[in-house]
Amino acid sequence: MERSADARPEPPASDLDAALSAQPAATAVVSTAETLSGVPRPRAAAPDWRGHLTTLLFVGPLLVVMLAFLIVPAFAVLVGAFRFDGVDGAAGGWTLQHIRDLAQPQYVTGLKNSIFLSGTSAIIGTVVGGLLAYAVLGEGGPAWLRAPLVAFSGVAANFAGVPLALAFVATLGTTGIVTRLLSVIGLDLNRSGFSLFNFSGLLVVYLYFQIPLMVILIAPALEGLRREWREAAENLGATAGQFWRHIGLPILAPSLLASAVLLFGNAFSAYATAYALTSGNLALLPLQIGAVLSGNVISDPHLGQALALLVIAVMALTMAIYSVLERAGSKWRK
Amino acid sequence: MRQNLVAQTGRGLWIGIMALYFLVPLLGMAIYSLWAGGSKYDLSAYVQILQDPKFHETFRLSFGLAIETIVISFALVIPAAFWVNLRVPGLRNLLGQLSVLSFVVPPIVLVGGLTTLYKGPEWFVGTPQFLVAGYVVLSLPYTYRTLDTGLRALDLQTLSEAAQSLGSGWGTLLWRVILPNIRSAVLGASLLTLAIVLGEFTLANVLLFNTFAVYINYIGQTQGTPAAALSLISLAITWVAMLVMLRVGRGRVQLGGAK
Repeated sequence: MERSADARPEPPASDLDAALSAQPAATAVVSTAETLSGVPRPRAAAPDWRGHLTTLLFVGPLLVVMLAFLIVPAFAVLVGAFRFDGVDGAAGGWTLQHIRDLAQPQYVTGLKNSIFLSGTSAIIGTVVGGLLAYAVLGEGGPAWLRAPLVAFSGVAANFAGVPLALAFVATLGTTGIVTRLLSVIGLDLNRSGFSLFNFSGLLVVYLYFQIPLMVILIAPALEGLRREWREAAENLGATAGQFWRHIGLPILAPSLLASAVLLFGNAFSAYATAYALTSGNLALLPLQIGAVLSGNVISDPHLGQALALLVIAVMALTMAIYSVLERAGSKWRK
Repeated sequence: MRQNLVAQTGRGLWIGIMALYFLVPLLGMAIYSLWAGGSKYDLSAYVQILQDPKFHETFRLSFGLAIETIVISFALVIPAAFWVNLRVPGLRNLLGQLSVLSFVVPPIVLVGGLTTLYKGPEWFVGTPQFLVAGYVVLSLPYTYRTLDTGLRALDLQTLSEAAQSLGSGWGTLLWRVILPNIRSAVLGASLLTLAIVLGEFTLANVLLFNTFAVYINYIGQTQGTPAAALSLISLAITWVAMLVMLRVGRGRVQLGGAK
Protein backbone atom coordinates (compact mmCIF):
# COMPACT_ATOMS: atom_id res chain seq x y z
CA MET A 1 0.00 0.00 0.00
CA GLU A 2 2.87 2.33 0.64
CA ARG A 3 3.68 2.34 -3.04
CA SER A 4 2.13 5.57 -4.02
CA ALA A 5 3.48 7.43 -1.05
CA ASP A 6 6.95 7.45 -2.48
CA ALA A 7 7.62 7.23 -6.16
CA ARG A 8 10.33 4.59 -5.91
CA PRO A 9 9.71 1.72 -8.28
CA GLU A 10 9.20 -1.47 -6.33
CA PRO A 11 8.93 -5.09 -7.31
CA PRO A 12 5.47 -6.40 -8.18
CA ALA A 13 5.21 -7.83 -4.69
CA SER A 14 3.91 -4.53 -3.38
CA ASP A 15 1.07 -4.43 -5.92
CA LEU A 16 0.16 -7.63 -4.30
CA ASP A 17 0.05 -6.09 -0.88
CA ALA A 18 -2.12 -3.32 -2.22
CA ALA A 19 -4.49 -5.73 -3.82
CA LEU A 20 -4.49 -7.97 -0.80
CA SER A 21 -5.96 -5.36 1.37
CA ALA A 22 -8.51 -4.77 -1.35
CA GLN A 23 -11.30 -6.97 -2.59
CA PRO A 24 -11.08 -10.69 -2.99
CA ALA A 25 -10.80 -10.57 -6.71
CA ALA A 26 -8.02 -8.04 -6.59
CA THR A 27 -5.70 -10.60 -5.15
CA ALA A 28 -6.36 -12.96 -7.94
CA VAL A 29 -4.62 -10.65 -10.26
CA VAL A 30 -1.46 -10.62 -8.53
CA SER A 31 -1.21 -14.23 -7.79
CA THR A 32 -1.52 -15.09 -11.45
CA ALA A 33 0.92 -12.42 -12.45
CA GLU A 34 3.23 -13.58 -9.78
CA THR A 35 3.23 -17.26 -10.35
CA LEU A 36 4.45 -16.47 -13.83
CA SER A 37 7.63 -14.92 -12.55
CA GLY A 38 8.40 -17.51 -9.90
CA VAL A 39 12.07 -17.34 -9.03
CA PRO A 40 13.74 -20.70 -9.41
CA ARG A 41 15.39 -21.94 -6.25
CA PRO A 42 18.99 -23.02 -6.37
CA ARG A 43 18.47 -26.35 -4.67
CA ALA A 44 15.69 -28.72 -5.68
CA ALA A 45 14.51 -31.63 -3.58
CA ALA A 46 16.24 -34.91 -4.07
CA PRO A 47 13.71 -37.09 -5.87
CA ASP A 48 13.62 -39.76 -3.20
CA TRP A 49 10.56 -41.10 -1.40
CA ARG A 50 11.47 -39.35 1.84
CA GLY A 51 11.44 -36.00 0.08
CA HIS A 52 8.00 -36.69 -1.37
CA LEU A 53 6.74 -37.85 1.98
CA THR A 54 7.89 -34.65 3.67
CA THR A 55 6.28 -32.59 0.91
CA LEU A 56 3.06 -34.46 1.49
CA LEU A 57 3.36 -33.78 5.21
CA PHE A 58 3.84 -30.04 4.75
CA VAL A 59 1.59 -29.26 1.80
CA GLY A 60 -0.87 -32.14 2.08
CA PRO A 61 -3.11 -30.78 4.86
CA LEU A 62 -3.70 -27.52 3.00
CA LEU A 63 -4.55 -29.37 -0.20
CA VAL A 64 -6.89 -31.72 1.65
CA VAL A 65 -8.79 -28.82 3.24
CA MET A 66 -9.07 -27.03 -0.11
CA LEU A 67 -10.30 -30.20 -1.74
CA ALA A 68 -12.81 -30.93 0.99
CA PHE A 69 -14.23 -27.45 1.48
CA LEU A 70 -13.76 -25.70 -1.83
CA ILE A 71 -13.12 -27.90 -4.82
CA VAL A 72 -15.33 -30.88 -4.06
CA PRO A 73 -18.25 -28.64 -2.93
CA ALA A 74 -17.91 -26.64 -6.13
CA PHE A 75 -18.04 -29.87 -8.10
CA ALA A 76 -20.98 -31.06 -6.07
CA VAL A 77 -22.80 -27.94 -7.23
CA LEU A 78 -21.83 -28.48 -10.86
CA VAL A 79 -22.86 -32.13 -10.79
CA GLY A 80 -26.00 -31.45 -8.79
CA ALA A 81 -27.22 -29.08 -11.47
CA PHE A 82 -27.54 -32.08 -13.79
CA ARG A 83 -29.07 -34.57 -11.34
CA PHE A 84 -32.56 -35.42 -10.22
CA ASP A 85 -33.45 -37.30 -7.06
CA GLY A 86 -35.26 -40.59 -7.00
CA VAL A 87 -38.44 -41.03 -5.01
CA ASP A 88 -38.24 -42.73 -1.59
CA GLY A 89 -34.51 -43.25 -1.63
CA ALA A 90 -34.44 -44.70 -5.11
CA ALA A 91 -31.48 -43.78 -7.22
CA GLY A 92 -31.87 -40.59 -9.19
CA GLY A 93 -30.47 -39.90 -12.59
CA TRP A 94 -29.13 -37.34 -14.98
CA THR A 95 -31.22 -34.58 -16.46
CA LEU A 96 -30.97 -31.29 -18.28
CA GLN A 97 -34.29 -30.16 -16.86
CA HIS A 98 -32.79 -27.78 -14.27
CA ILE A 99 -30.67 -26.10 -16.90
CA ARG A 100 -33.81 -25.72 -18.99
CA ASP A 101 -35.58 -24.31 -15.93
CA LEU A 102 -33.12 -21.47 -15.95
CA ALA A 103 -35.07 -20.12 -18.93
CA GLN A 104 -38.00 -19.31 -16.62
CA PRO A 105 -38.77 -15.60 -16.78
CA GLN A 106 -37.75 -14.81 -13.18
CA TYR A 107 -34.27 -16.28 -13.62
CA VAL A 108 -33.77 -14.63 -16.99
CA THR A 109 -34.73 -11.38 -15.30
CA GLY A 110 -32.35 -12.18 -12.44
CA LEU A 111 -29.46 -12.78 -14.81
CA LYS A 112 -30.27 -9.67 -16.81
CA ASN A 113 -30.55 -7.54 -13.67
CA SER A 114 -27.31 -8.93 -12.27
CA ILE A 115 -25.45 -8.27 -15.51
CA PHE A 116 -26.98 -4.82 -15.84
CA LEU A 117 -26.18 -3.79 -12.26
CA SER A 118 -22.66 -5.24 -12.35
CA GLY A 119 -21.97 -3.83 -15.80
CA THR A 120 -23.19 -0.34 -14.97
CA SER A 121 -21.38 -0.20 -11.65
CA ALA A 122 -18.22 -1.56 -13.30
CA ILE A 123 -18.26 1.05 -16.07
CA ILE A 124 -19.03 3.97 -13.78
CA GLY A 125 -16.58 2.63 -11.20
CA THR A 126 -13.83 2.32 -13.80
CA VAL A 127 -14.30 5.84 -15.13
CA VAL A 128 -14.85 7.58 -11.81
CA GLY A 129 -12.23 5.55 -9.94
CA GLY A 130 -9.73 5.94 -12.77
CA LEU A 131 -10.21 9.71 -12.82
CA LEU A 132 -9.96 9.88 -9.04
CA ALA A 133 -6.75 7.84 -9.07
CA TYR A 134 -5.35 10.07 -11.80
CA ALA A 135 -6.39 13.26 -10.02
CA VAL A 136 -4.56 12.27 -6.86
CA LEU A 137 -1.83 9.84 -7.89
CA GLY A 138 -1.10 11.26 -11.35
CA GLU A 139 1.57 13.82 -12.09
CA GLY A 140 1.00 17.08 -10.22
CA GLY A 141 -1.58 15.59 -7.87
CA PRO A 142 -1.63 16.67 -4.23
CA ALA A 143 1.20 14.68 -2.67
CA TRP A 144 -0.19 14.87 0.85
CA LEU A 145 -3.37 13.12 -0.26
CA ARG A 146 -1.71 10.08 -1.84
CA ALA A 147 -1.08 7.93 1.19
CA PRO A 148 -4.50 8.72 2.74
CA LEU A 149 -6.28 7.90 -0.54
CA VAL A 150 -4.55 4.55 -0.93
CA ALA A 151 -5.18 3.67 2.71
CA PHE A 152 -8.81 4.75 2.53
CA SER A 153 -9.32 2.81 -0.69
CA GLY A 154 -7.94 -0.32 0.88
CA VAL A 155 -10.40 0.00 3.71
CA ALA A 156 -13.42 1.17 1.73
CA ALA A 157 -13.02 -1.56 -0.88
CA ASN A 158 -13.53 -3.97 2.02
CA PHE A 159 -16.39 -2.04 3.51
CA ALA A 160 -19.21 -3.87 1.82
CA GLY A 161 -22.07 -5.81 3.25
CA VAL A 162 -24.52 -5.01 5.96
CA PRO A 163 -22.84 -1.99 7.62
CA LEU A 164 -22.41 -0.29 4.24
CA ALA A 165 -26.06 -0.82 3.43
CA LEU A 166 -27.06 0.61 6.82
CA ALA A 167 -24.78 3.63 6.34
CA PHE A 168 -26.70 4.46 3.19
CA VAL A 169 -30.05 3.83 4.84
CA ALA A 170 -29.06 6.36 7.50
CA THR A 171 -28.08 8.80 4.78
CA LEU A 172 -30.43 8.35 1.84
CA GLY A 173 -33.20 6.20 3.34
CA THR A 174 -36.70 7.48 4.03
CA THR A 175 -35.65 9.14 7.29
CA GLY A 176 -31.99 9.51 6.31
CA ILE A 177 -30.01 12.65 7.05
CA VAL A 178 -29.60 13.75 3.44
CA THR A 179 -33.21 12.90 2.59
CA ARG A 180 -34.41 15.09 5.46
CA LEU A 181 -32.02 17.89 4.56
CA LEU A 182 -33.23 17.82 0.98
CA SER A 183 -36.87 17.87 2.00
CA VAL A 184 -36.17 20.98 4.09
CA ILE A 185 -35.14 22.79 0.93
CA GLY A 186 -38.15 21.35 -0.88
CA LEU A 187 -36.61 18.42 -2.72
CA ASP A 188 -38.42 15.11 -2.43
CA LEU A 189 -35.95 12.34 -3.21
CA ASN A 190 -38.54 9.63 -3.51
CA ARG A 191 -40.67 11.57 -5.93
CA SER A 192 -37.65 12.20 -8.14
CA GLY A 193 -37.67 8.49 -8.95
CA PHE A 194 -34.69 7.62 -6.76
CA SER A 195 -35.07 4.89 -4.21
CA LEU A 196 -32.31 3.33 -2.17
CA PHE A 197 -34.05 0.00 -2.41
CA ASN A 198 -34.06 -0.53 -6.16
CA PHE A 199 -31.51 -0.27 -8.93
CA SER A 200 -30.65 3.39 -8.71
CA GLY A 201 -30.02 2.93 -4.99
CA LEU A 202 -28.03 -0.29 -5.30
CA LEU A 203 -25.88 1.36 -7.95
CA VAL A 204 -25.05 4.29 -5.67
CA VAL A 205 -24.21 1.89 -2.83
CA TYR A 206 -22.14 -0.50 -4.98
CA LEU A 207 -20.03 2.39 -6.23
CA TYR A 208 -18.91 2.90 -2.66
CA PHE A 209 -16.78 -0.22 -2.90
CA GLN A 210 -16.25 -0.28 -6.67
CA ILE A 211 -14.53 3.12 -6.94
CA PRO A 212 -11.95 2.39 -4.20
CA LEU A 213 -11.26 -1.03 -5.71
CA MET A 214 -10.61 0.70 -9.05
CA VAL A 215 -8.18 3.11 -7.39
CA ILE A 216 -6.23 0.20 -5.94
CA LEU A 217 -6.23 -1.76 -9.18
CA ILE A 218 -5.19 1.08 -11.46
CA ALA A 219 -2.58 2.72 -9.21
CA PRO A 220 0.32 0.49 -10.36
CA ALA A 221 -0.51 1.07 -14.02
CA LEU A 222 -0.71 4.83 -13.49
CA GLU A 223 2.68 4.79 -11.85
CA GLY A 224 3.98 2.81 -14.79
CA LEU A 225 3.20 5.75 -17.09
CA ARG A 226 6.65 7.25 -17.27
CA ARG A 227 7.26 10.93 -17.16
CA GLU A 228 9.78 10.58 -20.03
CA TRP A 229 7.08 9.42 -22.42
CA ARG A 230 5.12 12.52 -21.75
CA GLU A 231 8.17 14.75 -22.06
CA ALA A 232 9.16 13.06 -25.30
CA ALA A 233 5.67 13.61 -26.69
CA GLU A 234 5.69 17.25 -25.60
CA ASN A 235 9.11 17.83 -27.14
CA LEU A 236 7.77 16.50 -30.41
CA GLY A 237 4.98 19.04 -30.17
CA ALA A 238 2.11 16.88 -28.95
CA THR A 239 -0.73 18.47 -26.99
CA ALA A 240 -2.07 16.89 -23.84
CA GLY A 241 -5.00 15.50 -25.82
CA GLN A 242 -2.72 13.96 -28.40
CA PHE A 243 -0.57 12.42 -25.68
CA TRP A 244 -3.55 10.73 -24.09
CA ARG A 245 -5.11 9.63 -27.35
CA HIS A 246 -1.98 8.17 -28.89
CA ILE A 247 0.18 7.14 -25.94
CA GLY A 248 -1.42 7.32 -22.50
CA LEU A 249 -4.73 5.60 -23.11
CA PRO A 250 -3.41 2.89 -25.45
CA ILE A 251 -0.86 1.94 -22.79
CA LEU A 252 -3.43 2.02 -20.03
CA ALA A 253 -6.16 0.32 -22.08
CA PRO A 254 -5.46 -3.30 -21.10
CA SER A 255 -5.17 -2.38 -17.41
CA LEU A 256 -8.35 -0.32 -17.57
CA LEU A 257 -10.25 -3.13 -19.26
CA ALA A 258 -8.86 -5.71 -16.86
CA SER A 259 -9.94 -3.63 -13.89
CA ALA A 260 -13.39 -3.11 -15.38
CA VAL A 261 -13.79 -6.86 -15.82
CA LEU A 262 -12.74 -7.47 -12.23
CA LEU A 263 -15.13 -4.82 -10.97
CA PHE A 264 -17.87 -6.59 -12.90
CA GLY A 265 -17.10 -9.88 -11.20
CA ASN A 266 -16.86 -8.14 -7.86
CA ALA A 267 -20.38 -6.76 -8.15
CA PHE A 268 -21.76 -9.88 -9.80
CA SER A 269 -20.89 -12.11 -6.86
CA ALA A 270 -21.94 -9.62 -4.15
CA TYR A 271 -24.73 -10.83 -1.91
CA ALA A 272 -24.71 -9.20 1.53
CA THR A 273 -25.13 -5.56 0.50
CA ALA A 274 -28.04 -6.26 -1.83
CA TYR A 275 -29.64 -8.59 0.70
CA ALA A 276 -29.43 -6.07 3.53
CA LEU A 277 -30.91 -3.31 1.38
CA THR A 278 -33.74 -5.23 -0.23
CA SER A 279 -34.24 -8.10 2.24
CA GLY A 280 -33.49 -10.38 -0.66
CA ASN A 281 -36.53 -9.30 -2.62
CA LEU A 282 -34.83 -8.02 -5.74
CA ALA A 283 -34.38 -10.24 -8.78
CA LEU A 284 -30.60 -10.66 -8.65
CA LEU A 285 -28.91 -13.98 -9.26
CA PRO A 286 -27.05 -14.27 -5.91
CA LEU A 287 -30.21 -13.32 -4.02
CA GLN A 288 -32.20 -15.92 -5.92
CA ILE A 289 -29.65 -18.59 -5.03
CA GLY A 290 -29.85 -17.50 -1.41
CA ALA A 291 -33.64 -17.68 -1.46
CA VAL A 292 -33.60 -21.20 -2.86
CA LEU A 293 -30.90 -22.29 -0.38
CA SER A 294 -32.56 -21.00 2.74
CA GLY A 295 -35.86 -22.46 1.64
CA ASN A 296 -37.72 -19.17 1.27
CA VAL A 297 -39.11 -20.41 -1.99
CA ILE A 298 -40.53 -23.82 -2.59
CA SER A 299 -38.28 -25.35 -5.14
CA ASP A 300 -35.86 -28.04 -6.03
CA PRO A 301 -32.37 -27.71 -4.48
CA HIS A 302 -31.07 -28.78 -7.85
CA LEU A 303 -32.49 -25.60 -9.28
CA GLY A 304 -30.35 -23.65 -6.82
CA GLN A 305 -27.37 -25.62 -8.05
CA ALA A 306 -28.21 -24.81 -11.66
CA LEU A 307 -28.34 -21.12 -10.71
CA ALA A 308 -25.01 -21.49 -8.92
CA LEU A 309 -23.58 -23.16 -12.00
CA LEU A 310 -24.54 -20.06 -13.95
CA VAL A 311 -22.73 -17.84 -11.45
CA ILE A 312 -19.61 -20.02 -11.51
CA ALA A 313 -19.61 -19.91 -15.32
CA VAL A 314 -19.83 -16.12 -15.37
CA MET A 315 -17.16 -15.76 -12.68
CA ALA A 316 -14.79 -18.23 -14.37
CA LEU A 317 -15.15 -16.34 -17.64
CA THR A 318 -14.56 -13.06 -15.83
CA MET A 319 -11.39 -14.31 -14.15
CA ALA A 320 -10.08 -15.80 -17.41
CA ILE A 321 -10.58 -12.54 -19.32
CA TYR A 322 -9.11 -10.67 -16.42
CA SER A 323 -5.89 -12.65 -16.23
CA VAL A 324 -5.32 -12.36 -20.01
CA LEU A 325 -5.84 -8.58 -19.95
CA GLU A 326 -3.75 -8.16 -16.81
CA ARG A 327 -0.84 -9.91 -18.41
CA ALA A 328 -1.11 -7.64 -21.43
CA GLY A 329 -1.32 -4.58 -19.20
CA SER A 330 1.69 -5.44 -17.06
CA LYS A 331 3.92 -5.42 -20.14
CA TRP A 332 4.79 -1.75 -19.63
CA ARG A 333 5.50 -2.05 -15.94
CA LYS A 334 8.91 -3.27 -15.01
CA MET B 1 -0.41 28.92 -17.40
CA ARG B 2 -4.14 29.52 -17.66
CA GLN B 3 -4.68 26.00 -18.86
CA ASN B 4 -2.78 24.77 -15.85
CA LEU B 5 -5.04 26.73 -13.54
CA VAL B 6 -8.14 25.26 -15.19
CA ALA B 7 -6.69 21.79 -14.87
CA GLN B 8 -5.85 22.32 -11.21
CA THR B 9 -9.33 23.66 -10.47
CA GLY B 10 -10.91 20.73 -12.25
CA ARG B 11 -8.75 18.34 -10.30
CA GLY B 12 -9.60 20.00 -7.00
CA LEU B 13 -13.30 20.04 -7.82
CA TRP B 14 -13.25 16.36 -8.73
CA ILE B 15 -11.43 15.38 -5.56
CA GLY B 16 -13.91 17.49 -3.58
CA ILE B 17 -16.93 15.76 -5.12
CA MET B 18 -15.41 12.36 -4.45
CA ALA B 19 -14.58 13.28 -0.86
CA LEU B 20 -18.19 14.33 -0.41
CA TYR B 21 -19.50 11.05 -1.79
CA PHE B 22 -17.28 9.02 0.50
CA LEU B 23 -17.63 11.07 3.64
CA VAL B 24 -21.35 11.89 3.61
CA PRO B 25 -22.60 8.33 4.24
CA LEU B 26 -20.17 7.99 7.13
CA LEU B 27 -21.20 11.33 8.55
CA GLY B 28 -24.83 10.52 7.88
CA MET B 29 -24.52 7.30 9.82
CA ALA B 30 -22.68 9.02 12.67
CA ILE B 31 -25.30 11.77 12.99
CA TYR B 32 -28.16 9.34 12.62
CA SER B 33 -26.74 7.14 15.38
CA LEU B 34 -26.98 10.11 17.77
CA TRP B 35 -30.54 11.01 16.81
CA ALA B 36 -33.03 10.36 19.61
CA GLY B 37 -36.21 11.46 17.88
CA GLY B 38 -37.42 14.98 17.13
CA SER B 39 -34.53 17.38 17.52
CA LYS B 40 -32.94 15.50 20.39
CA TYR B 41 -29.50 14.05 19.98
CA ASP B 42 -27.73 11.85 22.54
CA LEU B 43 -25.85 8.62 23.08
CA SER B 44 -28.89 6.52 23.99
CA ALA B 45 -28.56 4.31 20.89
CA TYR B 46 -25.03 3.35 21.91
CA VAL B 47 -26.12 2.64 25.47
CA GLN B 48 -28.95 0.49 24.17
CA ILE B 49 -26.64 -1.50 21.90
CA LEU B 50 -23.96 -2.02 24.52
CA GLN B 51 -26.58 -3.22 26.98
CA ASP B 52 -28.10 -5.70 24.57
CA PRO B 53 -26.95 -9.19 25.60
CA LYS B 54 -27.36 -10.28 21.97
CA PHE B 55 -24.62 -7.85 21.02
CA HIS B 56 -22.14 -9.48 23.36
CA GLU B 57 -23.29 -12.96 22.46
CA THR B 58 -23.01 -12.56 18.69
CA PHE B 59 -19.80 -10.60 18.89
CA ARG B 60 -18.23 -13.25 21.12
CA LEU B 61 -19.36 -15.95 18.71
CA SER B 62 -17.93 -14.19 15.65
CA PHE B 63 -14.74 -13.32 17.47
CA GLY B 64 -14.28 -16.91 18.58
CA LEU B 65 -14.88 -18.18 15.05
CA ALA B 66 -12.33 -15.66 13.79
CA ILE B 67 -9.71 -16.93 16.23
CA GLU B 68 -10.39 -20.53 15.20
CA THR B 69 -10.17 -19.56 11.54
CA ILE B 70 -6.87 -17.77 12.11
CA VAL B 71 -5.30 -20.66 14.03
CA ILE B 72 -6.44 -23.30 11.54
CA SER B 73 -5.43 -21.23 8.49
CA PHE B 74 -1.98 -20.63 9.89
CA ALA B 75 -1.48 -24.25 10.81
CA LEU B 76 -2.32 -25.16 7.21
CA VAL B 77 -0.71 -22.33 5.30
CA ILE B 78 2.60 -21.67 7.08
CA PRO B 79 4.05 -25.19 6.68
CA ALA B 80 2.82 -25.42 3.08
CA ALA B 81 4.10 -22.00 2.02
CA PHE B 82 7.37 -22.61 3.87
CA TRP B 83 7.98 -25.93 2.19
CA VAL B 84 7.01 -24.75 -1.26
CA ASN B 85 9.34 -21.77 -0.98
CA LEU B 86 12.20 -23.87 0.37
CA ARG B 87 12.07 -27.03 -1.67
CA VAL B 88 9.39 -27.45 -4.31
CA PRO B 89 9.01 -24.21 -6.29
CA GLY B 90 7.19 -26.30 -8.87
CA LEU B 91 4.18 -26.52 -6.56
CA ARG B 92 4.12 -22.75 -6.19
CA ASN B 93 2.09 -22.33 -9.38
CA LEU B 94 -0.44 -24.84 -8.25
CA LEU B 95 -0.98 -23.24 -4.84
CA GLY B 96 -1.15 -19.78 -6.40
CA GLN B 97 -3.84 -20.92 -8.83
CA LEU B 98 -5.74 -22.76 -6.14
CA SER B 99 -5.86 -19.73 -3.89
CA VAL B 100 -7.60 -17.83 -6.71
CA LEU B 101 -10.33 -20.43 -6.90
CA SER B 102 -12.40 -19.03 -4.08
CA PHE B 103 -12.99 -15.91 -6.17
CA VAL B 104 -14.52 -18.01 -8.91
CA VAL B 105 -16.74 -19.68 -6.34
CA PRO B 106 -18.42 -16.78 -4.51
CA PRO B 107 -19.61 -17.30 -0.92
CA ILE B 108 -23.23 -17.74 -1.95
CA VAL B 109 -22.22 -20.62 -4.25
CA LEU B 110 -19.73 -22.07 -1.79
CA VAL B 111 -22.37 -22.32 0.90
CA GLY B 112 -24.61 -24.14 -1.56
CA GLY B 113 -21.85 -26.61 -2.26
CA LEU B 114 -21.10 -27.13 1.42
CA THR B 115 -24.71 -27.84 2.32
CA THR B 116 -25.07 -30.21 -0.62
CA LEU B 117 -22.02 -32.15 0.36
CA TYR B 118 -22.18 -32.18 4.15
CA LYS B 119 -25.44 -33.33 5.67
CA GLY B 120 -23.88 -34.54 8.88
CA PRO B 121 -22.68 -35.36 11.45
CA GLU B 122 -24.79 -33.04 13.55
CA TRP B 123 -21.95 -32.02 15.88
CA PHE B 124 -20.18 -30.59 12.85
CA VAL B 125 -22.90 -29.28 10.55
CA GLY B 126 -25.31 -28.30 13.28
CA THR B 127 -22.97 -25.97 15.17
CA PRO B 128 -21.47 -22.64 14.12
CA GLN B 129 -18.11 -24.46 13.94
CA PHE B 130 -19.24 -25.53 10.48
CA LEU B 131 -18.76 -21.91 9.42
CA VAL B 132 -15.05 -22.13 10.21
CA ALA B 133 -14.58 -24.55 7.29
CA GLY B 134 -16.02 -21.95 4.94
CA TYR B 135 -14.15 -19.08 6.57
CA VAL B 136 -10.80 -20.84 6.24
CA VAL B 137 -11.44 -21.26 2.53
CA LEU B 138 -12.75 -17.70 2.08
CA SER B 139 -9.77 -16.13 3.83
CA LEU B 140 -7.23 -18.46 2.25
CA PRO B 141 -6.30 -16.15 -0.64
CA TYR B 142 -5.46 -13.42 1.85
CA THR B 143 -3.64 -15.55 4.39
CA TYR B 144 -1.77 -17.44 1.71
CA ARG B 145 -0.60 -14.33 -0.16
CA THR B 146 0.36 -12.41 2.96
CA LEU B 147 2.28 -15.26 4.56
CA ASP B 148 3.90 -16.25 1.27
CA THR B 149 5.14 -12.69 0.78
CA GLY B 150 6.48 -12.66 4.33
CA LEU B 151 8.29 -15.95 3.82
CA ARG B 152 9.75 -14.85 0.53
CA ALA B 153 11.48 -11.95 2.23
CA LEU B 154 13.49 -14.42 4.30
CA ASP B 155 16.53 -16.40 3.31
CA LEU B 156 14.86 -19.69 4.10
CA GLN B 157 17.75 -21.76 2.83
CA THR B 158 20.27 -20.24 5.23
CA LEU B 159 17.84 -20.16 8.14
CA SER B 160 16.90 -23.82 7.73
CA GLU B 161 20.44 -25.01 7.32
CA ALA B 162 21.62 -23.02 10.31
CA ALA B 163 18.80 -24.30 12.50
CA GLN B 164 19.22 -27.89 11.37
CA SER B 165 22.97 -27.90 11.76
CA LEU B 166 22.33 -26.79 15.33
CA GLY B 167 20.16 -29.85 15.72
CA SER B 168 16.59 -28.61 15.49
CA GLY B 169 13.86 -30.63 13.78
CA TRP B 170 11.23 -29.30 11.39
CA GLY B 171 8.85 -28.45 14.21
CA THR B 172 11.39 -26.42 16.16
CA LEU B 173 12.53 -24.74 12.96
CA LEU B 174 9.00 -23.64 12.05
CA TRP B 175 7.95 -22.64 15.54
CA ARG B 176 11.11 -21.06 16.93
CA VAL B 177 12.87 -19.74 13.82
CA ILE B 178 10.47 -19.17 10.95
CA LEU B 179 7.40 -17.98 12.85
CA PRO B 180 9.19 -15.22 14.81
CA ASN B 181 10.73 -14.01 11.56
CA ILE B 182 7.40 -13.52 9.80
CA ARG B 183 5.75 -11.86 12.79
CA SER B 184 4.52 -8.86 10.81
CA ALA B 185 3.04 -11.01 8.06
CA VAL B 186 1.34 -13.16 10.68
CA LEU B 187 -0.12 -10.14 12.42
CA GLY B 188 -1.28 -8.67 9.10
CA ALA B 189 -2.93 -11.88 7.98
CA SER B 190 -4.58 -12.29 11.40
CA LEU B 191 -6.13 -8.83 11.32
CA LEU B 192 -7.31 -9.28 7.76
CA THR B 193 -8.91 -12.60 8.65
CA LEU B 194 -10.48 -11.08 11.75
CA ALA B 195 -12.03 -8.32 9.65
CA ILE B 196 -13.30 -10.79 7.07
CA VAL B 197 -14.88 -13.13 9.60
CA LEU B 198 -16.45 -10.36 11.70
CA GLY B 199 -18.06 -8.93 8.57
CA GLU B 200 -19.03 -12.20 6.93
CA PHE B 201 -22.76 -12.36 6.35
CA THR B 202 -23.56 -14.68 3.46
CA LEU B 203 -22.59 -18.04 4.94
CA ALA B 204 -24.01 -17.38 8.37
CA ASN B 205 -27.26 -15.98 7.01
CA VAL B 206 -27.93 -18.89 4.67
CA LEU B 207 -26.95 -21.46 7.30
CA LEU B 208 -29.07 -19.61 9.90
CA PHE B 209 -26.34 -19.02 12.47
CA ASN B 210 -26.63 -15.87 14.54
CA THR B 211 -23.24 -14.22 14.04
CA PHE B 212 -22.31 -10.58 14.48
CA ALA B 213 -23.08 -9.57 10.87
CA VAL B 214 -26.43 -11.37 10.98
CA TYR B 215 -27.22 -9.55 14.22
CA ILE B 216 -26.35 -6.19 12.64
CA ASN B 217 -28.70 -6.97 9.78
CA TYR B 218 -31.45 -8.00 12.19
CA ILE B 219 -31.10 -4.74 14.14
CA GLY B 220 -31.03 -2.91 10.81
CA GLN B 221 -34.41 -4.38 9.88
CA THR B 222 -36.01 -3.45 13.17
CA GLN B 223 -34.41 -0.45 14.87
CA GLY B 224 -33.05 2.57 13.00
CA THR B 225 -30.69 4.47 15.24
CA PRO B 226 -29.21 1.51 17.15
CA ALA B 227 -28.44 -0.04 13.76
CA ALA B 228 -26.46 3.03 12.76
CA ALA B 229 -24.61 2.96 16.07
CA LEU B 230 -23.85 -0.73 15.64
CA SER B 231 -22.64 -0.27 12.06
CA LEU B 232 -20.36 2.49 13.21
CA ILE B 233 -18.94 0.26 15.95
CA SER B 234 -18.34 -2.61 13.52
CA LEU B 235 -16.89 -0.22 10.98
CA ALA B 236 -14.49 1.15 13.57
CA ILE B 237 -13.32 -2.36 14.44
CA THR B 238 -12.72 -3.23 10.79
CA TRP B 239 -10.92 0.01 10.08
CA VAL B 240 -8.63 -0.26 13.05
CA ALA B 241 -7.73 -3.79 11.95
CA MET B 242 -7.10 -2.68 8.37
CA LEU B 243 -5.07 0.37 9.34
CA VAL B 244 -2.91 -1.60 11.74
CA MET B 245 -2.35 -4.07 8.94
CA LEU B 246 -1.27 -1.33 6.55
CA ARG B 247 1.13 0.01 9.19
CA VAL B 248 2.55 -3.41 9.88
CA GLY B 249 3.05 -4.21 6.21
CA ARG B 250 5.42 -1.26 5.99
CA GLY B 251 8.30 -2.71 7.94
CA ARG B 252 9.15 -5.92 6.19
CA VAL B 253 11.43 -8.25 8.07
CA GLN B 254 14.70 -9.00 6.37
CA LEU B 255 17.45 -11.27 7.46
CA GLY B 256 20.96 -12.18 6.47
CA GLY B 257 21.76 -11.42 2.85
CA ALA B 258 18.85 -9.16 2.14
CA LYS B 259 17.66 -9.84 -1.37
